Amino acid sequence: MKTPILEIQHLTMRFGGLVAVDDLSFTAYREDVTAIIGPNGAGKTTVFNCLTGFYRPTAGQLTFHGHEGPVLLERLDGFRVPRHGLARTFQNIRLFGGMSVLENLVVAQHNHLMRASGFTLLGLVGAASYRRAEAEAVERARFWLERTGLLARADQLASSLPYGEQRKLEIARALCAGPKLLCLDEPAAGLNPRETAELGELLLELRDRHAIAVLLIEHDMSLVMRIADHIVVLDYGRKIADGPPERIKRDPAVIKAYLGETEEEELPPEVAADLAAAGGG
Amino acid sequence: MTTALRASAAPSTASGIGPQLKDAGLAALVAAVLLAPILGMETTPGPDGRLTLAFHFDLVAIGVVLVFLGRLALALFLRGRPPVRAREGGAVSAFVSRNAAWFGLAGLAFAIALPLLPFSSRYVIDVATTVVIYVMLGWGLNIVVGLAGLLDLGYVAFYAVGAYSYALFAQWFGFGFWMCLPIAGLLAATAGVLLGFPVLRLRGDYLAIVTLGFGEIIRLVLVNWYEVTGGPNGIADIPRPSFFGFPFTRNPAEGETAFHQLFGLEFSTLHRVIFLYYLALALALVTNLFVLRIRKLPIGRAWEALREDEIACKALGINPTNTKLTAFALGAMFGGFAGSFFATRQGFISPESFTFIESAIILAIVVLGGMGSQIGVVLAATVIVLLPELSRELETYRMLFFGAAMVLIMIWRPRGLLAHREPTLRLGTATGATSLSARGGGP
Amino acid sequence: MAYFIQQLINGVALGMVYGLIAIGYSMVYGIIGMINFAHGEIYMIGAFVSIIAFTLLGMLGISWAPLALLLVLLVAIAITALYGWTVERIAYRPLRGSFRLAPLISAIGMSIFLQTYVQVTQGAKIKPLQPVVTGGFTFEDASGFTITISWIQILIAVLTLVLMAGFTWVITSTPLGRAQRACEQDLKMAALCGVDVDRTISLTFVIGAALAAVAGLMATLYYGVIDFFIGFLAGVKAFTAAVLGGIGSIPGAMLGGLVLGLAEAFWSGYFSIEYKDVAAFTILVVVLIFLPTGILGRPEVEKV
Repeated sequence: MKTPILEIQHLTMRFGGLVAVDDLSFTAYREDVTAIIGPNGAGKTTVFNCLTGFYRPTAGQLTFHGHEGPVLLERLDGFRVPRHGLARTFQNIRLFGGMSVLENLVVAQHNHLMRASGFTLLGLVGAASYRRAEAEAVERARFWLERTGLLARADQLASSLPYGEQRKLEIARALCAGPKLLCLDEPAAGLNPRETAELGELLLELRDRHAIAVLLIEHDMSLVMRIADHIVVLDYGRKIADGPPERIKRDPAVIKAYLGETEEEELPPEVAADLAAAGGG
Repeated sequence: MTTALRASAAPSTASGIGPQLKDAGLAALVAAVLLAPILGMETTPGPDGRLTLAFHFDLVAIGVVLVFLGRLALALFLRGRPPVRAREGGAVSAFVSRNAAWFGLAGLAFAIALPLLPFSSRYVIDVATTVVIYVMLGWGLNIVVGLAGLLDLGYVAFYAVGAYSYALFAQWFGFGFWMCLPIAGLLAATAGVLLGFPVLRLRGDYLAIVTLGFGEIIRLVLVNWYEVTGGPNGIADIPRPSFFGFPFTRNPAEGETAFHQLFGLEFSTLHRVIFLYYLALALALVTNLFVLRIRKLPIGRAWEALREDEIACKALGINPTNTKLTAFALGAMFGGFAGSFFATRQGFISPESFTFIESAIILAIVVLGGMGSQIGVVLAATVIVLLPELSRELETYRMLFFGAAMVLIMIWRPRGLLAHREPTLRLGTATGATSLSARGGGP
Repeated sequence: MAYFIQQLINGVALGMVYGLIAIGYSMVYGIIGMINFAHGEIYMIGAFVSIIAFTLLGMLGISWAPLALLLVLLVAIAITALYGWTVERIAYRPLRGSFRLAPLISAIGMSIFLQTYVQVTQGAKIKPLQPVVTGGFTFEDASGFTITISWIQILIAVLTLVLMAGFTWVITSTPLGRAQRACEQDLKMAALCGVDVDRTISLTFVIGAALAAVAGLMATLYYGVIDFFIGFLAGVKAFTAAVLGGIGSIPGAMLGGLVLGLAEAFWSGYFSIEYKDVAAFTILVVVLIFLPTGILGRPEVEKV
């Protein structure tokens, strides 16, 4: 029996007349890598923004089983979401470019370190307890740097990293925040095949070894089909399918959403190819 | 991208300087039209009180030629170079920043020794004191602008709050300097919180203009609230500082010991000037130590992270409003300290000392020196204070220079002249924690 | 009652001047999403060019008011617009894509530079202008109070309405207007679709500066006296007007200008003249906090 970590019920988000997400319900489980897929503009990122408090949903209930028991995410300010154990990355990478890689990871542990520094007062006098907490934070950063293969980059400027490593750094930074659920917005975008494969390994390792559930938005179908345990398909803000990869591959509604539209409009060939490959395999 | 650059660079090196000449000619033409009315025709009152014009077309001609040559030189200089957008400062800046401790110690040694040096007249010490105050204000504003990335155009308001609270508390309750100093800092910080709380969620440029408005409101209140602030006349006879209770007077009151009597010195008015200098230096040092220390604490890193990307900060659980508020309040507090020192040094304050220009000067110090750079602020403050002292002529042109410099620095060195930043943590330095890694750092 | 109507008239005239400056803020904001901090100084330069042109014409013996006004208007618009163009070229264009604070700081630097430039070249003393347009209509009500509408106030109203009408036409029916609206939506996309973004932004600054020049001329006529410092307060007030009306919205800027002008006229008419500038700043702060999208503005959705 799987334990739910995130239950989305009847989530709706409207911007003026536009309905970006329409009555979406699904559950993500602790033991799963859950993927949200769908054509561009299907409302995937909007779901993330509702989860992480950047948008206030028009309607719906978002129950997250976090560090301190269940919370309703739609009632939280954005900055209060992470402390319950939900961390995210962004489609367009958002690093602290002018700071070093290590600093990026230490900033991710801000709230914990803030308490350890006695809200700055203990830190100012150089208390031993704070120095210990800082050393632990650095160790945690070192641990994730090692896992993401960025250890050698620790003291470099975040903005000086190549694109693929910036993506990894953003994931490492989210992991340093100590999440129970990691939400990744197109983590493989712009990665080469080798980097994508490494990313897949990392996500599976998070699930299996660190008990971190993963929720990802991704267009790379081969990656999704390989690592996802559970796929939710959105089209025009509505859920058109929800289930394990084998079922999604054969779902007529999904095939129509990806291929049916393309007859009269522009063909996204790589999507078609991916889907065909995935469907055949 | 690189091929495009090469393609654009190649023909200009091959062909003559024709395009550059044409470009410079156009710039000169624009300059001629711009300068002709404002610089070329000065409105002056004639004998009957009506305005007449005094023509200065010679100046316009000089200006036009300068623009032509400047533009040409620039075009030739930049020719064939790829447009570099340096994120970090250059090699010099990196060198200064790596050896910041040595430069800092050398500067400090010089600052301490200054009053004892042979050329140090009363005038030199006075100017040095002014430099030190501006350094302190720059360091205070650097918390807000350089670290937290909040553009505060009304910093002088907190300086004013500090100065007036010192003056008023001293006048009404007879508090001494050391009593007033923390009160002034506290009040300034409170003003910072009161202003900051509603406005800090605004976007950057709105924040800038609200702080500008706040600075003006404070000044206008000072001008108009006669009963308390004395209006435009200000407050005079503010008590001068004493050496921990021993006044700097020739003939102390009954039962009091003057400073020179305490140390058995000949009375000299210079004592007080030197004391004020060291007082300013001490306050500035406290500011510096505080800033250096807090940069390496979570709150300091959160400020810098906010400057880099506020949305990412939110996604990591950092409360942006509270974090900005602390930066604002602490910056204001140091402004307040500096203000109360200003009041005790001058013995007289009026709203005239707290105009927008003053905010602009402090901002210029931070921007020119390098946002976030402590040494940069010292250099910029020194240049900016000394410039008008070198010649009174220059004083008029000082703001002209600041304005132009702010624009040029933003174009060439957007992070300031000394913009190189050393990370607050290095993985190499954290070796003391290796024992912890045995337990496993992972969650 | 008569006093009330008089304040109303004064307020509307003042509000129109603020509105014209506010349009410049609003347009530039709409297109590049930034406050042009130097805009107040552009207005001040417009006023100075006007007063210099009047003096020059006086020395040349051209004293027939309508001709003098027309010439001054054209000269002020042309030269001030060139100042606007230059400001964009020097302080904004090289910084597109630089870090967040850079264009703000360079604009503030530009503002300081222009202010000091006029102070140094023209002197810090106030500049009085001999009245060019005098007289007006005077009405008297039953209790003996008089209401005056001066010719200058009428001129301000007519000129503003004409400019607004022309301006609305430019935005809605010309290729330039279309390019501007495209840039407002998405700068990069507009560039990809073949809109000359640099040129469009330049023209936006030029139009804003031209309107500010008209405002400068009218303020010179209205108050009869200017100095190098007028750009600061007028800039903040016009900015307040732009925010109040909803920044990015042209009718909003005009509406905001009128509200601010009326507020200032009534404040100084009924309360205290000393705190009238405090009132403007207070309105600014209150509006930004409680109504950041203004009266006619659209809410901004934060892009994540």
